Amino acid sequence: MSVVAQAANPIIRWEWIVDEWDQIQEALIQHLELTILSVSLGALVAALLSAVALRFRPMATPITGFTGFLYTIPSVALFGLLVPYFGLTRTTAVLPLAAYTLLILVTNTLAGFDAVPASVRDAADGMGLTPTQRVIKVELPLALPYIIAGLRIAVVSTVGLVTVASIIGQGGLGRLILDGLRRTFWTPMTIGATLSIVLALVLDGVIYLIGRAATPWAQRARTT
Amino acid sequence: MSTVTSLTLHPGLEELKGIAEVAIRLDEVTKRFDGTDSDAVSALSLEIPRGSIVTLIGPSGCGKTTTLRMINRLIEPTSGRVEINGLDAIDQPVTALRRSIGYVIQQVGLFPHRTVSQNIATVPRTLGWDKQRTAGRVAELAELVGLEPSMLDRFPDELSGGQQQRVGVARALAADPPVLLMDEPFGAVDPIVRTRLQDELLALQEQVDKTIVFVTHDIDEALKLADRIALLNVGGILEQYSTPDDLLRAPANEFVEQFIGEDRGMKRLTLKTVADLPFEQGPVVDIGASPIEAVAVADAEGGDWVGLVREGSFAGWARSEDLRQGAAVADVPRSQPAAQVTPESTLRTAMELIMTSHTSVAVIDDGGRFGGVVTLDTIRASLVAEVDR
Repeated sequence: MSVVAQAANPIIRWEWIVDEWDQIQEALIQHLELTILSVSLGALVAALLSAVALRFRPMATPITGFTGFLYTIPSVALFGLLVPYFGLTRTTAVLPLAAYTLLILVTNTLAGFDAVPASVRDAADGMGLTPTQRVIKVELPLALPYIIAGLRIAVVSTVGLVTVASIIGQGGLGRLILDGLRRTFWTPMTIGATLSIVLALVLDGVIYLIGRAATPWAQRARTT
Repeated sequence: MSTVTSLTLHPGLEELKGIAEVAIRLDEVTKRFDGTDSDAVSALSLEIPRGSIVTLIGPSGCGKTTTLRMINRLIEPTSGRVEINGLDAIDQPVTALRRSIGYVIQQVGLFPHRTVSQNIATVPRTLGWDKQRTAGRVAELAELVGLEPSMLDRFPDELSGGQQQRVGVARALAADPPVLLMDEPFGAVDPIVRTRLQDELLALQEQVDKTIVFVTHDIDEALKLADRIALLNVGGILEQYSTPDDLLRAPANEFVEQFIGEDRGMKRLTLKTVADLPFEQGPVVDIGASPIEAVAVADAEGGDWVGLVREGSFAGWARSEDLRQGAAVADVPRSQPAAQVTPESTLRTAMELIMTSHTSVAVIDDGGRFGGVVTLDTIRASLVAEVDR
């Protein structure tokens, strides 16, 4: 009996992949779009919040506190909370996902700026750089490895969270997983979960490589 | 500089000369930091002559770094005036002021994300120099401070501490500022490298002729580098402002005396060189002289030996005893000098050589030529004469 059941419902049924190729592709693209939209919006807001926190230091604690609070809200609850305002739209999916990236992005950005050695800042001032020049030409590049590290975590966690957004009908790989769960049909679930993992790893790798290229100085250690 | 002051100038010219001679003038400068109830620097007045190295030294809490940082306005004075080249520092835009003043700090503060040449080019680029001019200047500076051209494309973290500090100095000199501020620049490197960097700074100063204000807590470094030393006490009180030799010879008070330490006489010996001594030929004859003449010279000096000179070079010592045998002076057995100094040797080196050799005299070798002799008596006389002065 169990042998028959397994034969009837294997982990992967390859012909399903071939038949549903268009659907899989569409889900993957939706997933990628939602991830990029959410992280981009998150990065934009995080940049503004970080700028405010760096410019007005006493604001740093309330700002990180607020982003931390956002992060504690369960995602399903947050989607539900926004549905009455934005309906079952992409906005309802993107706003919470972006909000979840803020904690890690803001914290890492602030840590990056804090890690700039005081002597470097002193030298920049002493040589007559304006405060704006100091931030753009010296502090921001030096904070970049921290910001990149934050982006990597934000992207990986967002790829995972996007699967949850399928419950408000925004598609993505989560829809394949839900589909499989409802029908106790393993193939779409396996495909959805695997592609989600692969997407997370690929995006992580891409940002890592961009970060490496942008910070050649951080790759070379002292040789003497 | 002191030779000029004896000239009588037209009153107006006198004033002009005053402006030209003083590069930096601190006038009753006071700094009290917020939340403290005593001054970090208290009504400090100081004139720093153009083209000289002035060291600020004192115990921690004496405000030496604060004083330095008030010159380029990294710290704004609570009251008083800072004048640079006759202009009140407060009247100039702060970024323009700082670009006209070189700044070197102990931790160097190189930009880790920029290559060595980009670091050196910081101020020229900020001033809008074109690429060609900047590149030319960078190459020139690299040579000046002794950096291999191959290092220019490296990142600071790939260099040793000494090399990093050379880059720091090159970066500070990039736009050829007339004034250079140095805050314990050699404090973080090992003693051997520090000595070399100090020597290099002195050699560099011969070429660039900057007005250098140099903060240090190391009295030997201050004595070695300074044209004038400003010794500060806690709270930024100026205890003495004088040349290194005057500081050692005539400490203004007990604090100065204690700060300098007990071996003031020995320290003074490191400040003077053999060339500062009055020329002393010593008991020396030409190798062509007769034995009788040679013995007479030795007797006149009260010794039993005489130095021989051939064609201007020292040829060794001959003993009176041997000369009395009557053979030609050139044929008498000779011993070569054990103690040999150059005009650039410090008196301390000369003294050590004399005391550890079996002759009581050192011969001055001036690039292969005989330049006279140094004895302990001449060294002592030079110190004593100045104490009496």
